[in-house]
Amino acid sequence: MEHNPETAPVWQAKALTKRYGRHTALQNAEFSIGPGRLVGLLGPNGAGKTTLLKLSAGLLTPSEGEVRICGLTPGIGSKRLVSYLPDRMVLPGRAAPGQLVALYADFFADFDADKARAMLADLKLDPRAPLGAMSKGMQEKVQLCLAMSRAAKLYLLDEPLGGVDPAARDYILDTILRNYSEEAAVIISTHLITDIEKALDEVLILKDGAVHTHEGVDALREAHGKSVDEYFREVFQC
Amino acid sequence: MEWNIAAGRPVYRQLIEQLEQALVTGAWPPGTRVPAVRELAAEAGVNPNTMQRALQELEGRGLLQAQRTAGRTVTADAAVLGALRAERAAALAQEYVHRLATLGYAPAEARALLEHALIKEEENDGTQP
Repeated sequence: MEHNPETAPVWQAKALTKRYGRHTALQNAEFSIGPGRLVGLLGPNGAGKTTLLKLSAGLLTPSEGEVRICGLTPGIGSKRLVSYLPDRMVLPGRAAPGQLVALYADFFADFDADKARAMLADLKLDPRAPLGAMSKGMQEKVQLCLAMSRAAKLYLLDEPLGGVDPAARDYILDTILRNYSEEAAVIISTHLITDIEKALDEVLILKDGAVHTHEGVDALREAHGKSVDEYFREVFQC
Repeated sequence: MEWNIAAGRPVYRQLIEQLEQALVTGAWPPGTRVPAVRELAAEAGVNPNTMQRALQELEGRGLLQAQRTAGRTVTADAAVLGALRAERAAALAQEYVHRLATLGYAPAEARALLEHALIKEEENDGTQP
């Protein structure tokens, strides 16, 4: 694997495997994602998407193989480069968005507090209301505002669209596209393929813990004559 | 401008078609500045790299021109835009013929039908200013 942070891919996995006891959640995952790419991480429930993102964010350690961010194994160095949006609420319920903006500004050198406040205002989120008093969708929006306000090299967004309403989905997608940077890669795990497929460069589809497809979206549409959503439904027909 | 990206076909091709449309209809007048890639991508809800590729293709065909300072402009060359317009019109005519053929119309019938439609259009133009 490439170790030089200047030339290494933004996100790379080699023989990456994660077992929980006897169950294998991720098996021999291999891929390499370059800068400036918007990638959809797709797969049915239990395919290993969240495990892959947690391994990359340094919340889990691999059973075998490795994952690297700009050539670094997950740790303090990589966490400076990765903005991770977990699939569940991890912020304290007593905290209000305004306080969290200050907290993030303390924690992350690349955090843009003005941008975060502007996004909160756009989504009509009260900066003084405690998270615990907000709906699930509103809490997700707050977390996403915080995650997208960092100038990271790699954004790992675990289901950023699942719990929010369609109008907010459009806003979030618009935000991701307007914040596009040639230096950063954005990974979006989701089931809502139709909503985002035209915004993606490539898709990484996991099936039973292994990489099933890793292909450019237009190449896939051309090769199969169907949308990524239709392709997905065909592969995972129940 | 209005974007309409359908599922199933490569986004890249659809962007080229719709950009060409903007050039042919004058929605993007000759010589004017083309919006930034990121702006256009967000507007269409598509990937910035795909939008960039589509614009580069139009640039390669001389329809857009890269400006040294940054950004692009629509070509001021009327001949190039005229050729694109003629190409689109010919494609539409071809499509008309094909579609009528699938309905079982012979060429002569198709011609008569088109003439009829044109006469009707002229009459309408006369009565409705």
